[in-house]
Amino acid sequence: MNKMEKALAELGRMDELAMQESPVHKLNATAKLLSTVFYILTVMSFDKYDLSGIIPMLLWPVFMYQMSGINIRTCFYKLRIVLPLVMAVGIFNPLFDREPMLQIGSITISGGVISMLTLMLKGVFCLMASFLLVATTPFDSICASLRRMHVPSMLVTLLLLTYRYVGVMTEELAIMTDAYHLRAPGQKGIHVSAWGSFLGQLLLRSMDRAQELYASMLLRGYHQHFHYAYHIPFRGKDAAYLIGSCAFFVLIKWFDVSQLIGGLFV
Amino acid sequence: MIEFDKVNFAYEHGETVINDLSFRIGDGESVGLIGANGAGKSTIMKLLLGLLAPQSGRILVDELAVGKKDLEAVRKKLGFVLQNSDNQMFMPTVFEDMMFAPLNYMISREEAEKRVHGVLEKLGLQYLKYKYNHKISGGEKRMAAIATVLAMEPEAILMDEPTSALDPYNRRIVINTIKDLTQTKIITSHDLDMIMDTCSRVILLSDGQIAADGETMDILSNRELLEANHMELPLSLQKR
Repeated sequence: MNKMEKALAELGRMDELAMQESPVHKLNATAKLLSTVFYILTVMSFDKYDLSGIIPMLLWPVFMYQMSGINIRTCFYKLRIVLPLVMAVGIFNPLFDREPMLQIGSITISGGVISMLTLMLKGVFCLMASFLLVATTPFDSICASLRRMHVPSMLVTLLLLTYRYVGVMTEELAIMTDAYHLRAPGQKGIHVSAWGSFLGQLLLRSMDRAQELYASMLLRGYHQHFHYAYHIPFRGKDAAYLIGSCAFFVLIKWFDVSQLIGGLFV
Repeated sequence: MIEFDKVNFAYEHGETVINDLSFRIGDGESVGLIGANGAGKSTIMKLLLGLLAPQSGRILVDELAVGKKDLEAVRKKLGFVLQNSDNQMFMPTVFEDMMFAPLNYMISREEAEKRVHGVLEKLGLQYLKYKYNHKISGGEKRMAAIATVLAMEPEAILMDEPTSALDPYNRRIVINTIKDLTQTKIITSHDLDMIMDTCSRVILLSDGQIAADGETMDILSNRELLEANHMELPLSLQKR
């Protein structure tokens, strides 16, 4: 199995995760989508120096991962390519912002270090929440929820097709990579001289397949509505979940929980 | 009833693919469309499904013209099994893929589930119901693709190379399944033995025109005719 085939299998496993049974999986997709959006907005609203304030925001994804039966390690494993990029955000802050902000014993911590850590946590928390949404909700149900919230159908269809296109393109990439290596034994990766034609062919082939896939959808009655998506109605417990989650975020945003807990000991 | 009436089609770069083509296919008929590569078989399928529009002539499905106005009604009557089942099976599981069309056609979830169960039982595919599409074999995927189309309850089924890339065992299963289907069938294939097993009528195409149209055995046993059109006798009719 080459790298691309592994990536493809991982994509397939995302669907498997979304089809599992758990209290989180059984929640209405719109409730999950809204709570995730609200969580991300809350996380992003923290001040760049508010490191102690943002840390308790970790409680929500940790609790939800526990409830969904999905291991947090799965999230970090699947996001291993994106995580370093997220972590790199703010990496230069310690160079530009050297003003001392915190003293721990003899160690002085500058504002740059604090803001770097805060930005890193913001990125990681948002990724964790987004992954949780996708891992507990079928993608078509997310699209159906977006439509219910009156997001333009063109935009939602674009999102859906992009999701499907990733799989198609990865499949074609796997086939082409195999074909290349069979005729270039011992070569690591694809030689730079072949990049142009390789990428061009990949684009053409995956576009052909994507078109056929879309035609297959049209021929089976798809017309930018999501009647087929599995829909769990919005019930009282979904409302309770949504209100409870949002209230929790607001609580953490307004009260510095870390400071309150610390105050009990100091 | 499916009717092509003096249909002409050329791709944008000017090459004429379908040339003044006319034929009729009655309800319940099983028709094999055969011909060399580039003879126009796939184009005929695409024209019939409204994926391509002819430059002239008209195509009718049960008196409905294949065109913008009645396209949805026409497509509801036609089920299409693609050559590459990977492009047909895009939902996570076989069950969801089978539910896709009935739910899009606004059939209630209960009724759609009944249909899906019925089709799976008929084809003996109950064991595939909750299997993930990316985890089933090529043969299973082809059978599942046929099942997704049957769940639409179409009046006619169009199949593009339904036995390609299948091992002999799975090929036989697909052939037996096709034989049992009571709907109108239009099958394009280079597998002439399969056409012989499943179709009562054959249309032989050459350069976008009909070279021969008649009973399957009359055409498929005619060595001169087949060879003149870049084909050969089915393997089962060839002398060892």
